Amino acid sequence: MALGLLKSAFPRAGAAHLPDRPSLKPSYDVVIIGAGAHGMAIAYHLARYHGIRRVAVLDRGYLGGGNTARNTAVIRSNYLTEESVRFYRESVRLFRELSNELDYNILFENRGQLTLAHSDSDLRNFRWRAEVNKELGVRSELVDLAEVQRRVPLLDCDPAAHYPVLGGLWHADGATARHDAVVWGYARAACRLGVELHPLTEVTGLEVSGGAIRAVETARGTIACDAVVQAVAGMSSEVARLADIDLPIHTYPLQALVTQPYKPVLTPLVSSPRWHVYIQQTSRGEFVIGGGCDPYPLYQTRSTLDLKEALCRGITQLFPFLAEANILRQWGGITDMTPDYSPVMGHSPVDNYFLDAGWGTWGFKATPICGVTMAELVASGQVPELIRPFALERFYTFDQVNEAGATAASH
Amino acid sequence: MLLIECPWCGPRDESEFAYGGEADISRPIDPDALSDAEWADYLFMRSNRKGENREIWNHQHGCRRWFVVERDTVSYAIRATFPMDGEGRSP
Repeated sequence: MALGLLKSAFPRAGAAHLPDRPSLKPSYDVVIIGAGAHGMAIAYHLARYHGIRRVAVLDRGYLGGGNTARNTAVIRSNYLTEESVRFYRESVRLFRELSNELDYNILFENRGQLTLAHSDSDLRNFRWRAEVNKELGVRSELVDLAEVQRRVPLLDCDPAAHYPVLGGLWHADGATARHDAVVWGYARAACRLGVELHPLTEVTGLEVSGGAIRAVETARGTIACDAVVQAVAGMSSEVARLADIDLPIHTYPLQALVTQPYKPVLTPLVSSPRWHVYIQQTSRGEFVIGGGCDPYPLYQTRSTLDLKEALCRGITQLFPFLAEANILRQWGGITDMTPDYSPVMGHSPVDNYFLDAGWGTWGFKATPICGVTMAELVASGQVPELIRPFALERFYTFDQVNEAGATAASH
Repeated sequence: MLLIECPWCGPRDESEFAYGGEADISRPIDPDALSDAEWADYLFMRSNRKGENREIWNHQHGCRRWFVVERDTVSYAIRATFPMDGEGRSP
């Protein structure tokens, strides 16, 4: 059904959009757990740039049905630590090229992103971020209230507001893209190179012996393999547990909603750490509104009235006209929160078992660079310089990457 | 909104409480005797289970006391709440 829809939405003479699910072979060179954008990007890079094509991508559900479908499609690189800025800067650059790379339109739009300052401490923090960003070639600058109003005319800038807007951090590189198209594009390109996509194939066990991964047990049979990548953000602790790997992750939902469509009135992506809310207008006119995480851990994508009320309260303070808007859809995604708000990428305590985890609320925007770096790691065994700071090992050597700029709406 | 049974105050709205992390994690009595890996395990590594968990919560906007909650992270269901020493009533 879903594949049939894809075919009719993106007709291509003589070729199915994606092949039917093949039968599971007894062995592969690399097994990737999780057919989200990260997993498919890693598979694509292995096949396209490293000549590793005996790759199976397994998923409990369907292609891009987890957090790839649930994120709010924010692309930006205005982080605070040098490690993160370098990493996401490269990701934004790759996103710009991605439609050409995949021969698939991901609807990338370089809209710019504005983070609102509501206090002197916000302004100090933003000045710091802007300077770090500029030093590393990322376009960020502190802007005053007049510039904020010019960029977002509909924003309520009343100085008598509960939290008046004082200025903002303008990030010209901020962007958005069609999140589903990103995973579809990677999947189509990877499958054309021989990668096998196996939806509805739940991993039930991981066979480790002599300190190395040997096989993956699934509901459809056991697969021998030389290497495994787990790319299951939202379920990272549970999958890693199958290989007896401890992770420093707490799992929280993040809730979002979409309003009815309006004519185009909001160009940049706007976020307010003070109100724990962020917003963008999609190319079809709907406002996508997201916020902070739920206040306690859950493996649940259900919405709660408390959190939805908080989103609406925040966004109507900033954009009062939205009080009249109807909510069309609402949902939650599941986030891996790490103690330092940075991902966990690289080697694990099990040889040839690689981690792509800890993606909190910053996973979508890292998709292309994850594909590049994780594939390089799997193919060469060498950790690429860009992801060296994000190793699980950092928690044992107390070298955390304290990423206070990780979230548009702070937690 | 969950209804959470404080062992001292009875059932109150979720908004009065704060989640305080996984239960049964004791601060090591002699931290200097630990290796870096053991200290990191204590500080950072968590079981983070899908399903039944034991947690500590604080009745922040009430009696401000800590207590133990047995909660399911899929169904939201709270199976039991009791004081840190394991005594007292639970629903």
